[in-house]
Amino acid sequence: MTKREMTCIICPMGCPVTVEMRGEEIASIRGNTCKRGAAYAEAEVRHPERTVTSTMRCENGGILSVKTDRPIPKAKIMDCMSLINAHTVKLPVSIGDILLSDVFGSNVVATENKS
Amino acid sequence: MYDVAIIGAGVAGGLLARTLAAYDIKICILEKESDVAMGSTRANSGIAHAGYDAEEGSLKAKLNVRGSRLMEQVTKELGVPYRRTGSLVIGFGDEDRETIEKLCARGLRNGVRGLQVIDGEEARRLEPGLSDSVTCALYAPTAGIVCPYELAIAAVGNAMDNGAELMLDFEVNHIEKKEGHYEIFSDACGENCCENLQKPRKVCARYVVNAAGIYADEIARLAGDDSIQIHPRRGEYLLLDRECGNLVSRTIFRTPSKKGKGILITPTVDGNLLLGPTSVDGEDKEDKATTEEGLAQIMARAQENVKNLPLRKVITSFTGLRSAGNTGDFIITSPKEGFINVAGIESPGLTAAPAIAEYVAEMLAGQGLALKRKEDYQPFRKPVYAFRNASVEEKNEMIRRDKAYGRVVCRCETVTEGEIVAAIRQNPPARDLDGIKRRTRAQMGRCQGGFCMPYLAEILAREWGVPYEEITKSGEGSEISVCRTKG
Amino acid sequence: MTDLVIIGGGPAGMSAAVAAYESGIRDILILERDAQLGGILQQCIHNGFGLHRFGEELTGPEYAWKYEKQVRELGIPVKLNTMVLSVTPDRVITATNEEEGIFAIEARAIILAMGCRERPRGALNIAGTRPAGIYSAGTAQKLVNRKGYLPGKSVVILGSGDIGLIMARRMTLEGAEVKAVCELMPYSGGLARNIEQCLNDFGIPLKLSHTVVEIHGRKRLEGVTIAKVDENRRPIEETKEYIPCDTLLLSVGLIPENELTLQAGIGMDVVTGGAVVDQDRQTSREGIFTCGNVLHVHDLVDFVSEEAAVAGKSAAEYIRGESGQECDIPIGADGKIRYTVPQRITKRKDITLFFRVADIYRNVKINVVGDGRVIHSVRKPKAAPGEMESLLLKAPLFEGVSKLSLQLEELG
Repeated sequence: MTKREMTCIICPMGCPVTVEMRGEEIASIRGNTCKRGAAYAEAEVRHPERTVTSTMRCENGGILSVKTDRPIPKAKIMDCMSLINAHTVKLPVSIGDILLSDVFGSNVVATENKS
Repeated sequence: MYDVAIIGAGVAGGLLARTLAAYDIKICILEKESDVAMGSTRANSGIAHAGYDAEEGSLKAKLNVRGSRLMEQVTKELGVPYRRTGSLVIGFGDEDRETIEKLCARGLRNGVRGLQVIDGEEARRLEPGLSDSVTCALYAPTAGIVCPYELAIAAVGNAMDNGAELMLDFEVNHIEKKEGHYEIFSDACGENCCENLQKPRKVCARYVVNAAGIYADEIARLAGDDSIQIHPRRGEYLLLDRECGNLVSRTIFRTPSKKGKGILITPTVDGNLLLGPTSVDGEDKEDKATTEEGLAQIMARAQENVKNLPLRKVITSFTGLRSAGNTGDFIITSPKEGFINVAGIESPGLTAAPAIAEYVAEMLAGQGLALKRKEDYQPFRKPVYAFRNASVEEKNEMIRRDKAYGRVVCRCETVTEGEIVAAIRQNPPARDLDGIKRRTRAQMGRCQGGFCMPYLAEILAREWGVPYEEITKSGEGSEISVCRTKG
Repeated sequence: MTDLVIIGGGPAGMSAAVAAYESGIRDILILERDAQLGGILQQCIHNGFGLHRFGEELTGPEYAWKYEKQVRELGIPVKLNTMVLSVTPDRVITATNEEEGIFAIEARAIILAMGCRERPRGALNIAGTRPAGIYSAGTAQKLVNRKGYLPGKSVVILGSGDIGLIMARRMTLEGAEVKAVCELMPYSGGLARNIEQCLNDFGIPLKLSHTVVEIHGRKRLEGVTIAKVDENRRPIEETKEYIPCDTLLLSVGLIPENELTLQAGIGMDVVTGGAVVDQDRQTSREGIFTCGNVLHVHDLVDFVSEEAAVAGKSAAEYIRGESGQECDIPIGADGKIRYTVPQRITKRKDITLFFRVADIYRNVKINVVGDGRVIHSVRKPKAAPGEMESLLLKAPLFEGVSKLSLQLEELG
């Protein structure tokens, strides 16, 4: 039996969660105070994911704040950054506009308006 | 060919340049740093001393008292804040009282006006914040406070407005005596741009004044004079928030004793409270680091003198290097025809500086420099308008003339973009963030530039026409960013 | 005469404006010193905002836009690039901008929503040189996220406040190496999720009970000396360690920006650094309200918005003359509870008390004590200084009580 301790990051409560593993099987999840916490803990063990936020170069020389519109595999964060850094945004853009699609299962979208 | 080359753009060199700029001669100021007022002038107590400290008959005594009398007019013409606040040397017990009596007598012989020995109660009436253990004090009403770097910046600026030339990043490495003039060489590349400059850079001048502060001994040696030794005397300071500026209204000195002159507590012209300096003889002329011990010492000593010091209100600490000479007096000498040392300008050097300028101008005249008054000499320097001190009418007038005065950039000190731009366009121009700070006070308040620094860098980049990533804190090598994040 | 002037167009100011509008006030003016609304949110491009308020995870600019859109749609007037220079006790505001010069506005009510600033290096008195490369975390955040410049390539962060943690990740993502985060206290002041996501994800060590004791480098930062501290927070000599780095970020506390509040002669709370307020967020000066980080530093913008809505609604009631004082009950804190907001109750209605604890506690009871008697208790499995707590106090509970105090009981 192996134990994994983590802090749930679903909400700002930051519950300390302990997952007990029996081989590949999850034996127990403790410490969470909601169902989403259990789901998070399971995901953290099996396939951890993160939303990436950064900035992208604009064609006018400025930068634009962006994010992935859903979490991507944690192991792909730096690869995602490379794609973000290689792209130049055409203006104007509005919040939510897709700037890069199909990035590790998500889209990179604008998080601010810019003209 | 220049008539006079002044090495060093501190307060002594700056005021000398300004004095000489009144005459029909060609002047240049050679400064090894990337801005003026970067040596001893940058970090000292900012006191215009009354003149009781120096030994009777010394140059220090004579020039201090004279400088103290000139200070009011000089600062008025240059638009530099100066306040005749008075000072107190406080004593604890009989031994101190004896010393204070001696200081008073010496001061009177030096020609200081208005000196008085008062008892502890009277001292506390003047300064209610003083420690209850104070038993006596020397009251000197003619002492004052002045901002040393603002004085030097304004002096150099006014000299430039009247035709003097300032060469920055000009570290003097070599001096040659020729027939009737000197050749001065610098191996350093200049003004952030090496390609177009011939190396070594060379300046020819008929007269040379060595006002190189802590490096004055090395400059003297380049001219063949081995008699001077200067060592850096480190002095650490703590600056407290403006909230504490009213704790004392005069400069408070401790009675000098075998242990030294002690820690002073003084309001500054900007309304802050300054504590310090420590006094440690060092070797390294570039070591301006503060130390844990030094800062702890200031706090401990200052608390002996003034009650309820709010030491949590410290907003910054810094170290100054005083140019301590080997004679105990100012070293103003001419070892060679046409070469004058202005060395060992330690306390009361700031106060004496206007008088030193007069004195050296006379020496130069004595060596044959023709001092013919310029007809269009302008003694008044147009100050950078301080928005925060202006009346509502004046503020509106400023904004009407230039909208940039309606944009407050530094919120802690209420400094507008108009003032920042003026400081960049005026002589001597601000080229980096510290230069802006010393000229306008932007970044000098509570947040220490946390909010406005990125904007100031933008204004600097725009005004100088350089990329943002080339903007520095204080000259080349102190860039505030390393690259663009997105190429 | 303007009904309501709001100083600050960040999350607090915008939320207060919207709430006042929704409570029927139309003559509202927001004064904002920046070129756009949103305040500090504009540079907080990371996600994690809005879970409480909107039930979705937003970035700072997205959260700000939700409110800005409302302010625009409601047609609430805003003066941007406008700096307030003074506020008098009788509610005269003097401000300046480039179009109008210096101008004065008389207000029936004012809401102070100026936010907070970061504690700078000088306040820490770290020995050493003063080179380039030392920034408060928020300044670095502005450089990276708004201006697009990387302050340095190898970074040490002092203080584990949230902005410091967030910047550890941002600098890493943008190509810098973050060598360590040093925290003077034996625990972090930041949110647990940030430690997990910003440090642990990238293998950045969090050194608790450590501080920076010396700064090295003449022109640009070359390195720092760090040391472990003892229980009195004094550095232990033999644990000193030199870390080469070109950047030091400071995340060592936020200070409410209350210069205008002080000018108006408003009574202050020395613990929060903000004004003393009642449940309506009204200060000791009638008609002057305050909310958001200028009142007390929050850890979540969602709570700022909620608090500001209270202030906006209350200001509306005040303007309509509906707000009379019904009682005056001061609320104390026992030390283990550092502070409460509000600090006094003037109306007999249900009240949410916000508070922070002074240390890390497990298994505690928060007792509300009225005139020496426990009138209400809440159990908490965990309480930490970094996370603001709250409890609901129903009006009947403090009926007839003259003095309240919040006390923390350790259950062991």
